[in-house]
Amino acid sequence: MAVCIAVIAKENYPLYIRSVPTQNELKFHYTVHTSLDVVEEKISAVGKAMADQRELYLGLLYPTEDYKVYGYVTNSKVKFVIVVDSSNTSLRDNEIRSMFRKLHNSFTDVMCNPFYNPGDPIQSKAFDGIVSGMMVQPS
Amino acid sequence: MAGSQWELPPELCCRPMAFVALTGLDVVYNAVHRAIWDAFCANRRADRVPISFKVLPGDHEYPKCRTKRTSYEWYIPKGILKTGWMNKHLNLVPALVVLFYELDWDDPQWKEKQSECATKVEIVRTSLQGRNTKVAVVLIQKKTPLPPGEDLVASERAAALCNACDLSGKSLFVLPHTDHLVGYIIRLENAFYEHAQTYYYTEIRRVKSHKEFLNKTTHQLLFVRHQFKIAFFSELKQDTQNALKYYRTAYSLVHELRAHETNMLEIKTMAGFINYKICRLCFQHNTPLDAIAQFRKHIDLCKKKIGSAELAFEHTAWMSKQFQSFGELFDEAIKLGLTAIQTQNPGFYYQQAACYSQDRKLQAQQLCAVINASGVSLPTPDPLETPTGGLDFYGQRPWRQGHQSIDPPDPEKEKAGILALQIKERDVPHSELIIALLSNAVAQFKKYKCPRMKSHLMVQMGEEYYHAKDYTKALKLLDYVMCDYRTERWWGLLTAILTTALRCAYLMANVKDYITYSMELLGRASTLREEQKSRIEKNLIKVLMNEVPDAEPECDPSSSTAAASLWNDRMALAGSNDFTIEVQDYVPFIQCKARFQSPSFHVDQPIQLQVFVRADCPHPVRFNKLAVSLSNQEYNQWCVVESSGQENMCLSPGATRCYNFSFVAKTEDVGKKIEVMLGSETGRCVFLSWRGAGGDAASTHEALQAIRSLRHRGRGTEGRQELDWDSLTIQHSTMIISRVPKISVQLSHQPPALNNEMYCINFTVQSQEEAVARDVKLTAGLKPGQEANLSHTTYVTLNSSKVCDDSDPALLPDIPLGDLNPGEKMERCVYVKCVSTGQRVFLFHVAYTIDTTVEGQQINCKCHKDETVNIETVVPFEVSVKFVSTKFEPLDRVAVDIPFLLMTDLLSSSPWPILLATSSLQLVTMTSKTAQLHSQLEQVVLQTGECASECFCLQCPPVANSSNTVATGQYLISWRRTINNTINVQKVELPSFGRVRESLPVRYHIENRTALVQEVEMAVEPSDAFMFSGLKQVRLRILPGSEQQMLYNYYPLMAGYQTLPQLNISLPRCPTTNTHTLRRFLPQRIFVKPQGRQLDDASIAAA
Repeated sequence: MAVCIAVIAKENYPLYIRSVPTQNELKFHYTVHTSLDVVEEKISAVGKAMADQRELYLGLLYPTEDYKVYGYVTNSKVKFVIVVDSSNTSLRDNEIRSMFRKLHNSFTDVMCNPFYNPGDPIQSKAFDGIVSGMMVQPS
Repeated sequence: MAGSQWELPPELCCRPMAFVALTGLDVVYNAVHRAIWDAFCANRRADRVPISFKVLPGDHEYPKCRTKRTSYEWYIPKGILKTGWMNKHLNLVPALVVLFYELDWDDPQWKEKQSECATKVEIVRTSLQGRNTKVAVVLIQKKTPLPPGEDLVASERAAALCNACDLSGKSLFVLPHTDHLVGYIIRLENAFYEHAQTYYYTEIRRVKSHKEFLNKTTHQLLFVRHQFKIAFFSELKQDTQNALKYYRTAYSLVHELRAHETNMLEIKTMAGFINYKICRLCFQHNTPLDAIAQFRKHIDLCKKKIGSAELAFEHTAWMSKQFQSFGELFDEAIKLGLTAIQTQNPGFYYQQAACYSQDRKLQAQQLCAVINASGVSLPTPDPLETPTGGLDFYGQRPWRQGHQSIDPPDPEKEKAGILALQIKERDVPHSELIIALLSNAVAQFKKYKCPRMKSHLMVQMGEEYYHAKDYTKALKLLDYVMCDYRTERWWGLLTAILTTALRCAYLMANVKDYITYSMELLGRASTLREEQKSRIEKNLIKVLMNEVPDAEPECDPSSSTAAASLWNDRMALAGSNDFTIEVQDYVPFIQCKARFQSPSFHVDQPIQLQVFVRADCPHPVRFNKLAVSLSNQEYNQWCVVESSGQENMCLSPGATRCYNFSFVAKTEDVGKKIEVMLGSETGRCVFLSWRGAGGDAASTHEALQAIRSLRHRGRGTEGRQELDWDSLTIQHSTMIISRVPKISVQLSHQPPALNNEMYCINFTVQSQEEAVARDVKLTAGLKPGQEANLSHTTYVTLNSSKVCDDSDPALLPDIPLGDLNPGEKMERCVYVKCVSTGQRVFLFHVAYTIDTTVEGQQINCKCHKDETVNIETVVPFEVSVKFVSTKFEPLDRVAVDIPFLLMTDLLSSSPWPILLATSSLQLVTMTSKTAQLHSQLEQVVLQTGECASECFCLQCPPVANSSNTVATGQYLISWRRTINNTINVQKVELPSFGRVRESLPVRYHIENRTALVQEVEMAVEPSDAFMFSGLKQVRLRILPGSEQQMLYNYYPLMAGYQTLPQLNISLPRCPTTNTHTLRRFLPQRIFVKPQGRQLDDASIAAA
């Protein structure tokens, strides 16, 4: 399960960041922010022509000693980042993918809300609930 | 030693090379020997064999070889690897000792020299007692040797010498001291290299042979040691593949050792060494992935081997070193051509190393806090001192060297030792180490396109400088990266950085930075809690009041006291109390937006400027002055608000204040832009200035969001009093445009224009101004910017008396028309001649000046009005000429002296009637048969589609060459457009037939299509076949464009085709008008049916 989940706007500012409360929140902000380097690089590596066929899931962005950072970019260039504890070896690629899919679906619901102004921080309770379900449960 | 304790020994990090000792060379006094030595050691490039040479005296004492152990049965090893071992084999024990000796084959004292040489060899042999080191002899000779086999003396003496020295023939070399020294040296080297390899091979065999004596219980350490030695010898032998294999075995053996607290450090140290060697070889073999995999394995295996809790910092220091040295290896490999990628580059290892160093610092602080508190001093004697000044084995404790059992031999000594290590750790400059590692990482990430990672590391560096109390450097770094986070809008991170920066500024008592950071922390981008903001604002106000601010929390008390006194000093210094802060690039707590009410103002209108100011801080803030500076400095005086006594210049949190300014623009600024810069002064000493027209680093995005949002738009339409700040748009410039002219310009003309015609455009200008319009000027003609050839085919003139020609321009500029009084009207005729057909746009530009007053100011305005008109030019008529015989048969050639006819046809295609003034035929060779009468076409008017023909009877005079073509002449037509006053009877409403003695209503519609009022006379001629009622003769006026209806009741008297009573129309004012043209449109006859029987009575009754 994730220790930090973030949604980043097309312009690379955070729309939503949530991390497990037990650890230093700032550190996760930095981790997510630095992972954007890799995301940007991966997006730009895909040529313009191929952009339509690009897979949304970017896979493992970079491993740190303590965490694994996974990335996902929607067609509208909104980025999802999931940070997982390195010690959590039980999580497979497929599960990460399905987490992203769930996140994307929920994000789509947020965007469909006529009262949500695209580009504003996400404050949806339903989205919060989905994210909470994917986070490491405080034990 | 503390810093270097974790450094890898240099003998481990170097590339092992075979060690060959050279003796018998006097490099100081003997030039020949010097040259030989130089040839050996100079230019040792990669293509030369890897040997490290050393010159040693002939009687050099080599390290003694200990007596060989015959049995390991009772032997208990004291450690894994002796500290001196690697160095011994790299630099002390040679693989080969070479004895240089000057001796020519034909030396006269051969016998003596031979025995001297043998003695020298013997001395070397003795000092190498017990070692397998080879000995070789090189004879330095003055003469070039003959090819082998030819010099019998040489081969004989060589054999004798070998015998005397107990050498094999392969170990005796000859070095002729001639021109080709380097060549000989290289050959010698290669031979030495072979000997060295043999030596290392035997050494490997020797170490391997020990294995059978070992047992698993007591000699575990030896297994590691032997594998390491074999691997190291293999490396010396340049057999890196096998070396890697043995190192890998050694590595797995290290981890099989029984680990406990006392030997943990030794195991980790050795594991680190071996890991280093493996990674190094993997990179050397160009298998970087193997290296990375090995390193990961190594880290995973060792991460948890913390060892003694009291020395936890040792583990993190060691971990940091592991990452650092791997990073260095990686970096070195990259320099040799390896390519790294964004997600796998040395930067990550440096970063991790820095991370462990930070952990080390924290642990050291925790563990050493106890020492600091209790004030323990270094125990005497220093447990870290050893009799030899170093350790015997790598990774052991100085106070219990060689101790291998689980429990420490002496708990007291152990305690003292740990204490001594902790005291030493306390003095380590941790921050320096961390900063060095971070800056290495920054350099790497810069190279691999990771700007955000770079920023993050720079923040860490800044924080580390802050901890190291180097606030200037800290601020420099933090300030540098702040704007990255600001532009990316990561407010949480920005706030964290700003908080640190504020602390730095506080501790340095840097007033300007302190104010700047405070302002941003109070601003809307800050994620601080309300009470923190409140505290910062109070501090900010204190600073503005020239008081010392309260200490920032989380600063350590001693620094805070120092800072407080710094602040006091700073405050005592008067003078530099004015600060101007460019807030454009920050997100300050006072927001400001300015806008002109409209993107453009007429010069006779006052310019209106609104400035909105708003504060985001928790408490109200007072300011003294608000000033706007515009691109023209003269306007600035109108845009200032200053607090004068009681006036409230207070910004309450979250409320927007609006200041309106209005001023009159200068007439010379017509067409120029005005730009706004805002300045406001808070408290006593700070000017905030916004470049452009307010807004800051964050407001662009906010405005964008506001536009996107429907919510905000909805709010606007509700007409709420409160302005929505985000949707306030900045209008930073306005255009001052000229005054609206109050004159009317009218153009009247009759399109289309005809080709070559002098086309008249009537231009009327009427003033509606209240004052005199002075210097009225007209520019008339073809509008510039159309097709180039149009300007060559268009001529404009005001002169109606002559036809235009090429000398007339296409555009008449600035025709002075004098002054125009209010209400006065002025007319001009402009004549245009178009030589080609097509569309043209004509421009009529009237300019004048006028004096006017705006808000009590007298200004002189220039006004102008443009009027354009689109005119099409068409061909008026086409002329065709044909020759016919006198019998009107077409001719394609004419016979000499026989008369023929020349027929001209003029087909009018003009929409206007054309009056042909005259026509004439100017003959060249032909002669006219008839006397030249006046033109047959004179005064003929051609309507559209009508054709006029003329006929000339000509004769061709005899010519010399009869079959030539002959020029006829020129046909000249002068024509003009008739001033059109045609009345068309457009319609006649007439039943399709009439019946005898039944009334037949006929309605004529007469329309005036001219621009003039027409007087029309109409009369109906009586007809025998009809009686009629209605106006027989009438004279009436028809207004331009309107029509008149005439109703007649005809009463047919006869059946059959009957001629209708003829309607004659004439225009008494224009007697020339051809009324026949009108006749065409009128029906002339109607069929009248005979009278029906049945209807007869009824019709009589009706009558």
